[in-house]
Amino acid sequence: MPIRVTAHETAADKTGFPGILKGLGTTIRHLLHNITHLKDLPTILYPEQRRNYSERFRGRHVLKVRDDGTLKCVACFMCQTACPANCIDIVAGEHPNIAYEKHPSQFNIDMLRCVFCGYCVDACPKDAIIMTRDYEMAMFSRGESSYSIEDLRQRLPLRQIDLGYRPYYGENPTKMDSLPYAGKDAGTKAAG
Amino acid sequence: MATREAILEKIQGRFADRVTAQDNKDLATILVTPENLVEVARYFRDEPELACDLLLDLCGVDYPGRSLRFETVTHLYSTKKNHRVRVKVRLPEENPHQPTLSQIWPAVDWFERECFDLMGIRFDGHRNLKRILCHDGFQGHALRKDYDAGQRWQCVPGNIQVPEQILGQGEIRDHFETQVLNLGPSHPATHGTLRIVVRLDGEIIVGSECEIGYLHRCFEKMSEAHFYNQVIPYTDRLNYCSPMLNGIGYARAVEEMIGADVPLRARRIRVILGELSRIMDHMVCIGTNLVDIGALTNFWYFFQPREEIYGVLEACCGSRLTNSYVRIGGLSADVPKNFVEEVRKLLVSIPKHIDDVDRLITQNKIFKSRTVGVGKATAEQAVAWGFTGPCLRASGVPFDVRKASPYDGYDQFDWDVPYATDGDTYSRYLVRMEEMRQSLKIIKQALGDLPPGPVITGDWRVALPPKERVYNEMEPLIWHFKLIYEGIKVPAGEHYSMSEGGNGELGFYIVSDGSGHPHRIKVRPPCFPLFQAFPALANGAMVSDAIAILGSLNIIAGELDR
Repeated sequence: MPIRVTAHETAADKTGFPGILKGLGTTIRHLLHNITHLKDLPTILYPEQRRNYSERFRGRHVLKVRDDGTLKCVACFMCQTACPANCIDIVAGEHPNIAYEKHPSQFNIDMLRCVFCGYCVDACPKDAIIMTRDYEMAMFSRGESSYSIEDLRQRLPLRQIDLGYRPYYGENPTKMDSLPYAGKDAGTKAAG
Repeated sequence: MATREAILEKIQGRFADRVTAQDNKDLATILVTPENLVEVARYFRDEPELACDLLLDLCGVDYPGRSLRFETVTHLYSTKKNHRVRVKVRLPEENPHQPTLSQIWPAVDWFERECFDLMGIRFDGHRNLKRILCHDGFQGHALRKDYDAGQRWQCVPGNIQVPEQILGQGEIRDHFETQVLNLGPSHPATHGTLRIVVRLDGEIIVGSECEIGYLHRCFEKMSEAHFYNQVIPYTDRLNYCSPMLNGIGYARAVEEMIGADVPLRARRIRVILGELSRIMDHMVCIGTNLVDIGALTNFWYFFQPREEIYGVLEACCGSRLTNSYVRIGGLSADVPKNFVEEVRKLLVSIPKHIDDVDRLITQNKIFKSRTVGVGKATAEQAVAWGFTGPCLRASGVPFDVRKASPYDGYDQFDWDVPYATDGDTYSRYLVRMEEMRQSLKIIKQALGDLPPGPVITGDWRVALPPKERVYNEMEPLIWHFKLIYEGIKVPAGEHYSMSEGGNGELGFYIVSDGSGHPHRIKVRPPCFPLFQAFPALANGAMVSDAIAILGSLNIIAGELDR
């Protein structure tokens, strides 16, 4: 049913005073509330305080490694095909270890082109590319925007990485079960 | 509401073999020759049983290889009868032209300019057939299939468009000369890159002209170069105040074409997050509108709940604004476990903020004197200009796509379409305020009725198979590869799908040739006709009123320019 909306203007409202007094009351109430609840202020003092993002946050990519330190990526070009921004550039090569057959000899992601949609993570059939919660990637020149294998390679054990968007599967779904909602003071973890 | 068959029968009874009915499942489709177009169009508008008073969209489609290469497609809607019609005209490759429809529907003006700009179809009798989205130095017509998307046409000072209609008239009123003022393209009150050139007589606007295209990002051309699934991140950037709604609208269009079975849980989550996005959209609109006319506090009061909504969206999909949460066939991931409690918290906190702004503003004398009677559009004018959404409802036409042609189960919820009758800036504010409350009502019901189950269809031709199976089994891996390398195969045909965006009817007209790439995607952006009518609303008003009107129309440049 359509309902008609109107503002009911009383005789008193016509003078303009009730509206202004009500408005003043609202702002004063907010002022008093904020003064007495300084800890609950909605603003964040970045960069001292940081927003707590969820574990689905789509930040900088990481190429996962196997236990022996080689990249899990098999250069199948799935992420490059799925990427809507054409920011991934892979050159496939033969792996020195015959058991792994194929690996990327080059794997570049142009962070200025990347739209952080997470399609590469969805597309990877090897769980080789995941995202972190690192979103501070400012750079001084365009040349630095292209991240190579060495910039992307996983350097720390997974549990020490500030993990973001990644496939959710298996028996141990980690914290993705119940996500933290945006708030303040996220625990700081190494990113990479 | 006339059925598809009844409309076709009616039109064929009148025009016999001068029109051809096409067998389309979504809408009644009529094929007309350019010679008969105006007569048929007038009949559609004036015949009481058809009464197609609202022109939704006009676009061109290129079919290389056909003897009549181009096709213009017009979508009409009847606000009185609630039915839709598609009128198509086929045009030859050599000098494609057809008569303009702007005598019948004023709203078609910019749509025809866009069609001329991007497809190179001329409209005889059009008052101002110039490029609209591309700059004047642009060569060729970008949406033609033989146009290489990689070409660059630099805009040099010489080919910046001159708004002739405004600059050309150097008339003198009283004994003062009128003067020209630029609002935009980079102006704090435009909230985006729009250029409005106004001719002022003192403080009164005596003429104005809008120029758009500064944020044109070739959404439609880029869509043609991508797979259906890859378009979703692009849709987030259409109306960036409510990105979820665009994604939902697009995914629905493709789902309807392939007949995908979207699980109920996914539909409900789409409704919940979509309505939250609508609330955000209205909050930004009202908040910035009030900032422009000098009431800054409300902006802060509305930004706090907006941040909280962003928190929920981020927890669901991993990004606050560029969600990309929707997938064709459902959603990319299930919501987190504490989703329901978090949204319930929002349901408690958002009304408080709405009430705060209500108390501050609704009966504020300054606000009322700035907005009541400013930027008036009567119901007839609003329909003629192609308004939809809150701006149309504020003019007294209670047309809401969610009610008129329900989708995603909107008909199962108890809610009302708010409308006002004055059609001024104040009414648009009132309608938006009430719509936020109605959205909360919908969210509450959808939350109470959130079934368990999957959030994406199990059809591997449409959605990626579950990850644990891709890693361990051969067949899901094959489907995974096929879907990513070949895309979703959408059956050949055309389809128009509409949903209620933040600003009105968001339509997606998709033409598929059966491959993984769309042949043509046309977005019907609700802002486009709204901004088109801006000169008519602003003429006669003060500059400060123009700012108030502009804010209340809620022009989002990302959606306007695509």
